[in-house]
Amino acid sequence: MQRIGVFICHCGTNIAGTVDVKAVAEALGHEAGVVFSTEYQYMCSESGQQLMRKAIREHKLTGVVVCSCSPRMHEATFRKAASLEGINPYMVEIANIREHVSWIHKDMKEATEKAIILGRAAIAKVHLNQPLQAGESPVTKRALVIGGGIAGIQTALDIAEAGFEVDIVEKSPTIGGKMAQLDKTFPTLDCAACILTPKMVDAGQNEKIKIFAYSEVEAVKGYVGNFNVSIRRKARYVDETKCTGCGLCTEKCPQKKVPNEFNMGMNNRHAIYIPFAQAVPKVATIDADYCMMLKTGKCGICSKVCGAGAIDYKQQDEVIERQYGAIVAATGFNPIDAKAYNEYGYATCPDVVTSLELERLMNAAGPTNGTLLRPSDNEHPHTVVFVQCVGSRCTETDERGKPYCSKICCMYTAKHAMLIREKYPDTDVYVFYIDVRTPGKNFDEFYRRAVEQYGVHYIKGMVGKVTQNGKQLRVQASDLLAGEQLHIDADLVVLATAIEPDKTARSIATMLTASMDTNDFFTEAHPKLRPVESPTAGIFLSGVCQGPKDIPETVSQASACAAKVIGVLAKDKLTCNPCVAQSDEMLCNGCSSCEKVCPYGAISYSDKEFRGPNRTTLIRRVASVNPAVCQGCGACTVACPSGAMDLKGFSNKQIMAEVDAICQ
Amino acid sequence: MPVTEYKPKIVAFCCNWCSYAGADGAGSARLSYPAEVKVIRVPCSCRVNPMFILRAFQRGADGVIIAGCHPGDCHYTSGNYFTRRRMTLLFSMLDYLGIERERTRVEWISAAEGAKFSKTMNEFCATVAALGENKRLEDLRCKK
Repeated sequence: MQRIGVFICHCGTNIAGTVDVKAVAEALGHEAGVVFSTEYQYMCSESGQQLMRKAIREHKLTGVVVCSCSPRMHEATFRKAASLEGINPYMVEIANIREHVSWIHKDMKEATEKAIILGRAAIAKVHLNQPLQAGESPVTKRALVIGGGIAGIQTALDIAEAGFEVDIVEKSPTIGGKMAQLDKTFPTLDCAACILTPKMVDAGQNEKIKIFAYSEVEAVKGYVGNFNVSIRRKARYVDETKCTGCGLCTEKCPQKKVPNEFNMGMNNRHAIYIPFAQAVPKVATIDADYCMMLKTGKCGICSKVCGAGAIDYKQQDEVIERQYGAIVAATGFNPIDAKAYNEYGYATCPDVVTSLELERLMNAAGPTNGTLLRPSDNEHPHTVVFVQCVGSRCTETDERGKPYCSKICCMYTAKHAMLIREKYPDTDVYVFYIDVRTPGKNFDEFYRRAVEQYGVHYIKGMVGKVTQNGKQLRVQASDLLAGEQLHIDADLVVLATAIEPDKTARSIATMLTASMDTNDFFTEAHPKLRPVESPTAGIFLSGVCQGPKDIPETVSQASACAAKVIGVLAKDKLTCNPCVAQSDEMLCNGCSSCEKVCPYGAISYSDKEFRGPNRTTLIRRVASVNPAVCQGCGACTVACPSGAMDLKGFSNKQIMAEVDAICQ
Repeated sequence: MPVTEYKPKIVAFCCNWCSYAGADGAGSARLSYPAEVKVIRVPCSCRVNPMFILRAFQRGADGVIIAGCHPGDCHYTSGNYFTRRRMTLLFSMLDYLGIERERTRVEWISAAEGAKFSKTMNEFCATVAALGENKRLEDLRCKK
């Protein structure tokens, strides 16, 4: 018989406000096996833990039930405290009477009753708990970073700095991501390329970092410390080891009509190309969709001009397998497609552009070599209208947009407005906004400078419609503060489109078994206390894939993420989850049902000798579980027809005891 | 005999990664649902043995709901697919035994869907309450 101690937490008034904690302690104190029952203001505090430890010592407890917040919150805390007193940590159970009781029920009687029932269920479970010993598994001392934007680069550099190997897998031909496309950065107005490209070079030259550009993650197997990842290296048709990046082939290529994605399709590139001058790796790539040689077999000019002999039209995709101890998702974002917003005329009027397009229009390496010209007639615009929150902060009924604030638009619009006014003082700049959000160091000062020093017209109100009016654009908007309708004839309209997670993020999350929220942002293990870890062990989050962020935030999160990865890689062995499946060989009939449902291949079969009647020996085929590979989902336990397979920590008996206690 | 308001007994099996977290989310957002719902935490919805559900009905539960990650989002890659198939079979068997189909349910609730958790539980409770007490499988020997 267990000697169980029950500890009820007030959580200040969070629990005690709706649950009569004294009544719960009293009621649970009378349960069979309970030798000690008490309540305390904050069980998770140092003094609360001391109280628990003292009770374990004094009452020689063998099991502990804590009625408190969610086990996802403090299970580890209480397990650790119990283990300090020599109790196996898996003899501790939590009854969740905060998230599941006090926070959702208002009636004290009802809530108290429910808390008692949940406490009983936990007690019933503890009666059947077994001490569990966690095994250990080795750690592959290499990390994988998926995505080579500023987040991925920073994470990789920091991990490499600590002395561990890192691979970056980037789907486009070069690392750099969205930041490489930006012209200037707020709030300092320093040029994005000037601060990013040295980091790209660092990453490219660091001997601990291996960059797999133009590659995609295809499959992920394994678990923390021992991931096995298949990476598809897409055919560039150029030998990376031979290409010197001289760029001669890109000049001579006769196929010149390929929309240049780096410049948002606003000018053209050749079929063989290097995305931009500072690309890392600086290697040419043949776009198979446009290359004449690959499509028709006629051309081959690039191969003729290449002095290094790097062109290889027969190159095939290659799938390689690499082992990693930890994986970082740094998949980044994209602006949403503004075409859905008919009212702003993005699809029909060439002079309606998105903010990222404006970045390219203002960039010295962009399609206009840094002179701000309208796309329609290459004239200098004299009136520019910015529309904020295009697709951000939408109501649930608006399917085109996103419910969240994209966070960066207010600041980059202030930047754009300021840059335009500085370079072209004869230009009138209007910004239509819902709210101007400038939390961040030096952000509000920056925005006020745009208004006060640069004379940018900020108007509170939304733009209703943008239509082509001769050579100009007619902008209809409302000024909410003045309470009037406005009509502005603009030369250029810039839409601050919402940002959304990259389209590949969903499939990557599925491969990593990392969870996502309804907007396809990766979910963190805890929104406040574990913001760079995914709930899945060994998977970490860096940058905008977790939620909208500006560059300073992305970089700090990337470094935080690296610190967490280093924490995993620095260990020689990791403690496994001891709640794994276990097969009772005496009951197993070797039917293979469990093996078929195991997603990890943790179950194997072997012939074992058993003692039969009359001193005979029987050989039977029985299942055994590899505890280092088993993740403890329990699929096999239900598939097993003979009831031989059970899950430690969540055994059939334990769960049924809980069911009984609840239905009593 | 005094007339007491009938309150159904409902057992909710929630997977640790999505739906249990969703239930926590409902709590954090103070989205109420009836106290009749009692949650049992399981590592994955595929850990729910049909035996547990039968046991619950035997012990007097009026409704059983199983909640897991959305298809494709299972923490263990494929667990919820097993749940889906197993429960389809079990529920049709229960239906045949006279346990109304509405008393059992499988729902996919992610960690971010506290609102869906609360809404689902409110709906399910109302449905089960409308059906009344479940006596079909109840084992009276288990009654104290």
